[in-house]
Amino acid sequence: MSMAATSHEMAAAPVPRAASLAAQVGAAERRHLWRMLALLAPSVLFTAFFFVVPLALFMFRSVDNPEVSGYLPQTAAVMQAWSGKGEPDEAAFAALAADLRAIRDTPALGLIGRRLNYALPGFRGLLTKTARRLPAADDGATKAAFLAIDEKWRDPAIWGVLHQQSGRLTSFYLLTALDLEKSPEGEIRRVAPEQRIFIDLYGRTLTVSLGVTALCLLIGYPVAAVMSRAGPRAASWMLMLVLVPFWTSLLVRSTAWVILLQNEGLVNKSLIALGLIDQPLALIFNRAGVFIAMVHVLLPYAILPIYSVMKGISGNHLRAAASLGAPPLRVFRTVYLPLTLPGLAAGGTLVFVLSVGFYVTPALVGGPGDQMIGYFIAYFTNSAVNWGLASALGALLLLVVAAIYLALGKLVGFDRLRVR
Amino acid sequence: MPLTATAHRDAPATGEPLVSFSHVQKSYDGQVLVVKDLSLDIARGEFLTLLGPSGSGKTTSLMMLAGFETPTNGSITLEGRDITALPPYKRGIGMVFQNYALFPHMTVADNVAYPLRARKLSEPEIARRVATALDMVKLGAFGKRMPAQLSGGQQQRVALARALVFEPKMILLDEPLGALDKQLRERMQYELKQIHERLGVTMVYVTHDQEEALTMSDRIAVFDQGRIQQLATPEELYESPANAFVAGFVGENNSLDGVVVGRSDATVTVRLADGVEVVAQSIDALAIGDEAVLCLRPERIALAPGETENKYVLEVERLVYLGEATRVVFQLGGQELIAKADPMRLPQELARGARIEIGWRADECRAFRKG
Repeated sequence: MSMAATSHEMAAAPVPRAASLAAQVGAAERRHLWRMLALLAPSVLFTAFFFVVPLALFMFRSVDNPEVSGYLPQTAAVMQAWSGKGEPDEAAFAALAADLRAIRDTPALGLIGRRLNYALPGFRGLLTKTARRLPAADDGATKAAFLAIDEKWRDPAIWGVLHQQSGRLTSFYLLTALDLEKSPEGEIRRVAPEQRIFIDLYGRTLTVSLGVTALCLLIGYPVAAVMSRAGPRAASWMLMLVLVPFWTSLLVRSTAWVILLQNEGLVNKSLIALGLIDQPLALIFNRAGVFIAMVHVLLPYAILPIYSVMKGISGNHLRAAASLGAPPLRVFRTVYLPLTLPGLAAGGTLVFVLSVGFYVTPALVGGPGDQMIGYFIAYFTNSAVNWGLASALGALLLLVVAAIYLALGKLVGFDRLRVR
Repeated sequence: MPLTATAHRDAPATGEPLVSFSHVQKSYDGQVLVVKDLSLDIARGEFLTLLGPSGSGKTTSLMMLAGFETPTNGSITLEGRDITALPPYKRGIGMVFQNYALFPHMTVADNVAYPLRARKLSEPEIARRVATALDMVKLGAFGKRMPAQLSGGQQQRVALARALVFEPKMILLDEPLGALDKQLRERMQYELKQIHERLGVTMVYVTHDQEEALTMSDRIAVFDQGRIQQLATPEELYESPANAFVAGFVGENNSLDGVVVGRSDATVTVRLADGVEVVAQSIDALAIGDEAVLCLRPERIALAPGETENKYVLEVERLVYLGEATRVVFQLGGQELIAKADPMRLPQELARGARIEIGWRADECRAFRKG
């Protein structure tokens, strides 16, 4: 019936030739595409110039090694050709002498000194001293002159560093960020135990983040469940209360926690007044303070995605399960929890990714042993001005988070990680 | 064997009702009663339909029977046991919902196995019963699919299999075919009725579709404003509606307002607005001077009446061709009067504007008190 009617209509209408029809459809689709692209252009350009490009440039800094090859070009050339074993020959000393004479009165000497000092503490002093005392002219006994200035020039470690850092690219920063180093012989090995800090730091950052994520989900899930079942008036009030923390700045809130949680603070005084404790609890400048403040800051990010998933669950699914003989706990375990899993996954991912990068809150309410990776990235960026290491730490963090995201995506499905 | 006719029919025919509502009331806000004094017995093995417009209390009554709402007053018994406060999962009543309520994260087979797993049956037994139940709804090959991969009709059949597979004491169906298109709905009505006849399981069916109710039910309870207006077989409901609401809600109906001007044993004479008088069967006790409503089925109006109490010559206002019937619209007493006739047997002279004689017997027309 309906097919007959359709073919009749088609026969009645003028049918364009197939080729021109395809061309018309193609043109219409292209116009549509251009319009969409035009609408996207501002955000794409903005993100490219102010996010993707700086990010890529900064990532590059974690392997970039311009100092030795830039400031000590002749040394770098000789070092590239050298085997790296034993003591270098006269030519290497002559090249270094020539390079040092060229830069000894410029700021470049300080920069190259600092760079080499990262790899071998004391290198900066040695370099400055040598540059200052180096005779003006080359008399064919440069090596002797160097050794006269400082016996350290005999140390293979010194030349090993120059050899390893003579390339345009370096693995130095990435290795350092993993508590690894290259021996003068070029083997990768762990640094001395007292120098190992970054692996612990990653471990601490991930532990704190996972803990905060778990707490946010545990506290947020029931809140979201109640909100999703409340009447529209009550639900909008509760939503507003959940969003209140967003109205004040992170800095103000974190500082407020210091005031509330300190030994003479409101929380401890109340607990003592109630007779629950005798001595004030250590709630601030330690791990407990970090957890309390971070969970408070991040809770809305857990509640909202869970809430939006719960809103979409029909009460009939739960009723059906009950009518089929499932007691409340079984209904929760077999129906409600699986149906809300996408919300848990999305909220959990969001909270985890945000907390991994936390910096201000642990800095304000944590102790020295509670600082997370963000603190050290900021330190190497602002105070130590070791951008190579800061970039390496950031790049590895990005890698770890991406790996966790991929693993989680494989586990529960990527479409469930999206925030709806 | 599960799901056989004997399972339910062998139950002792004590004559005791399976379910009994006794003076049940329900109010959500403490002010308005959604269900007012409901007393209703449901017999073992019957197909009972709760029919009514939305807000009439039919769904609330079903929800109280399922255990999802608690009566404000009164009690409900199942097999003689008071279940008024029993939680739904202990009632052993299967339920089918309008939007199927299949669990979207489980396969069809896991959906059907759900009530059996909740009852901790052995896995081989579960597999056997699931296969039987899916075969019964002709979805034997679909066990591994996810619900979203099925059509609406198939999903509804899965929901039915899931509600039947644990051999519940009865099945509640809450507008189960409401989301299907007309053709599919009619086929599902037939299949549902067949399953009911084969298994003999008690079914309580909620719908607002009077045609569906007439087609499927053993008995129909017509709800309006929180009360059962009439509880009867489909035939009785159609032929002898107890009041003007039932007459109007079940089937097509002409309703004419007037005042009683005369009465005899079983009939009253009612005068309409422009003085036309109609003799009708008196259902309520009506006295002269009372305001009355006359209810008359369109197909009971004869276009070439023989000897009968009510005869009028009226002008044809409109003709509406419906396929299996033609509607002929007149004006009587300032009110619209619709007759329905077989298009093959219409009088030759019938046309818009023609004046023809129509009529009906007094016992075809029922007079109720107005209000």
